[in-house]
Amino acid sequence: MLKGFGGRQLRINLSTGEIRTSPLDPTFARKWLGGRGFVAKILYDEVPRNADPFGPENRLVVTPGVFSGNFGPSGSKCSFGAVSPLSNGEGDSTVGGHFGPELKFAGYDLIVFQGISPKPVYLFIDDDRVELRDASAYWGQGTMETEAALKRDLGEDFEIAAVGPAAENRVVFACIGHDYGRQAGRCGVGAVMGGKRLKAIAVRGTRSTPLHDLPTLKELTLRIIKRTAQHPNMAPWQKYGTAMFVGWSNEHGVYPTHNFQTTYFDRYAGIDGGPLVERILVTNKACFGCWMNCGKYSKVQIEGKDTVYVEGPEYETGSLCGGNCGFDQIEQVAYVNWLCDTVGIDTMTGGNIIAFAMECYEKGLITRKQLEGHELRWGNLEDVEHFIRMVVERRGIGEYFARGYQAAAAYIGGGAERYTCQVKGQGMSGYDGRGAPAMLLAYMTADIGAHHNRAWTITMDEDLGKDVIRGKAKVVVHLQHIRPLFDTISSCRLFWGEIDVTDQEHIDAIKLMTGWDDFTLEEAMRLSERIWNLNRAHFLERNGGPGRKFDYPNARFYEEAVPSGPAKGARLTLADLDVMLDEYYAARGWGLDGNPSREVLEDLGLEDVATNLERAGLLGQLSAPLPPVRGEKYKPKAF
Amino acid sequence: MRIQVTAEACSGCRLCRQVCVVEKFGEVNPRKARLRIEARFPVPGRYVPHVCDQCGDCAEACPTEAIVQRADGVYEVQPELCTACGVCIDVCPEGVMVKGPDDIPFKCDFCWRCTEVCNTGALVRVE
Repeated sequence: MLKGFGGRQLRINLSTGEIRTSPLDPTFARKWLGGRGFVAKILYDEVPRNADPFGPENRLVVTPGVFSGNFGPSGSKCSFGAVSPLSNGEGDSTVGGHFGPELKFAGYDLIVFQGISPKPVYLFIDDDRVELRDASAYWGQGTMETEAALKRDLGEDFEIAAVGPAAENRVVFACIGHDYGRQAGRCGVGAVMGGKRLKAIAVRGTRSTPLHDLPTLKELTLRIIKRTAQHPNMAPWQKYGTAMFVGWSNEHGVYPTHNFQTTYFDRYAGIDGGPLVERILVTNKACFGCWMNCGKYSKVQIEGKDTVYVEGPEYETGSLCGGNCGFDQIEQVAYVNWLCDTVGIDTMTGGNIIAFAMECYEKGLITRKQLEGHELRWGNLEDVEHFIRMVVERRGIGEYFARGYQAAAAYIGGGAERYTCQVKGQGMSGYDGRGAPAMLLAYMTADIGAHHNRAWTITMDEDLGKDVIRGKAKVVVHLQHIRPLFDTISSCRLFWGEIDVTDQEHIDAIKLMTGWDDFTLEEAMRLSERIWNLNRAHFLERNGGPGRKFDYPNARFYEEAVPSGPAKGARLTLADLDVMLDEYYAARGWGLDGNPSREVLEDLGLEDVATNLERAGLLGQLSAPLPPVRGEKYKPKAF
Repeated sequence: MRIQVTAEACSGCRLCRQVCVVEKFGEVNPRKARLRIEARFPVPGRYVPHVCDQCGDCAEACPTEAIVQRADGVYEVQPELCTACGVCIDVCPEGVMVKGPDDIPFKCDFCWRCTEVCNTGALVRVE
């Protein structure tokens, strides 16, 4: 019997309404582990390479991993995956809260949706009872409104994941909302869900998860709880959460400001963690089983506006919807946060898209007439609210932004692509890479586009030198394996990154949950590398090659120097980026064209993938012998 | 001796519920916990822990006198006297008695696991 997992999977064809339940294959579970691993494998195997991300053949994969709902360090996560309408490659995004654990308690490790429902539906799960139900009463409602309505109609003890109007209208950066303000935000997974006319998933589970050795797991977890409660990072994380990094990023010259025009926002003091806690905080709000409780729930009162409640702003929102859009008051940032959450757009790519439009307006590339008589000024709430409505309702020029960067830049013209701060269609996270070259490399090479959860390197960049280009790629590769591993096991990486729960402790917990006595960190890291290569191959098979041509950011990041702040003068050239890419591909065992080699794929047990790439003419040639281990661990000397 | 509740400090993580069931049932399944966290969302945005304060309403309501008070003040269910009628569960003012195997009710016995893991000050052991 499979231990540590719910043990079952659901296959749902939304076109026909067919629902199939079957046991989870233990060999599959061990090989791909759950979360991001299940997503990568299923999408690679099942979605035809020419399938439209919004077509019936795309899959929406929902998967809590082995930690989810378990008694280990922070088992709250659930992955949502689909071929992304942003990148046209594998996309996955995790959400914390209580949804993943509840699915697990209902006994499910995996739900795979295919097809498109003829009418709006939601999936109802109450342990063994699984039904597609009419969602027409909820269609058109915001994510939080839908959650409240479903809880009212079904019971407070159901956990809900829902999409908003943006997803219904297939805005490509639409997200999935849960727990009144948490999101699976990235990759447009919400857009795929809305495109399938799946409004929500409501789940209640009452089963106990079978475990291999709970007494020892209990000892381990209680020991970790006791130790980490005293960790010096615990108190600031509990008090401020991620919002405290608004100040930090400014002081370190990496804070995106006015659509990444510069990396220091001189009015950041009004939107840092301090004002959040002092002016708008209602309560701390934790994910399932997490004793760090970094989430913040806020009440926002602005004259002339309805009072709104929102979880956040988290750092990424506080940067990308904050200084990046010119907002200098925490209430304004929180209000934009709420706007995005309620219509259901990712505050990260969403914040980026708003800032991109603002810069285009500033430079006269889009006009007041195109904005239906409105303006789009930095830091103006009315302007932003109107613009968001235009995008979500796909009105006028909003239609092009709703389709993503490429469509918007092409429509606007005048060299607008220079201002699209993204890689592979995914808006950058809240760190500017010009004063942190490895961070830029991490964005350039991330499988899903410019997202920091794959690798975050700012402290290493500072440690080794902000202008140092060489020697960092191996560390990026290592981080791209270890950090996404937490999305694979469905645990929060902040426990590892911030309060020193070790990688080995996570592995020990998995062994106690599953009974896989021979499971090792090396196996987990190899799995993470296997997923990485599989996703790269998937991307290439869908988009063609060479891979290298997709791995560049917009020209701002290699042609413009940072004009102000602590990183003033920092600049990278295209040649710098090429040096980093060359090192990176070599460290991965890929060809210099950015295509994986047969050698590395075979080493990872992906012989079939190598054959597929070879047939498509997309196999890379090694320029040096394959490194026996890809990536190198780096311990920062200073923080 | 009591569990002091400070609702304003609760962040709704439910680690208390998780550890309660791990301790008492040797299972991972917070629905069997002997305390609960009420979430008042989206408005006003508050978590309200409900815990047993050993008020004795359950003992008073029990038709077979199967719930008796120990010397330390804790009320305990005597399974051999219990008919699994469920009246105690219905009358519990905090809604924190749960059905166990064979429908025999379980209640908090002040083992303090919840207060030991609570990292926010929402649940504190008071002698």
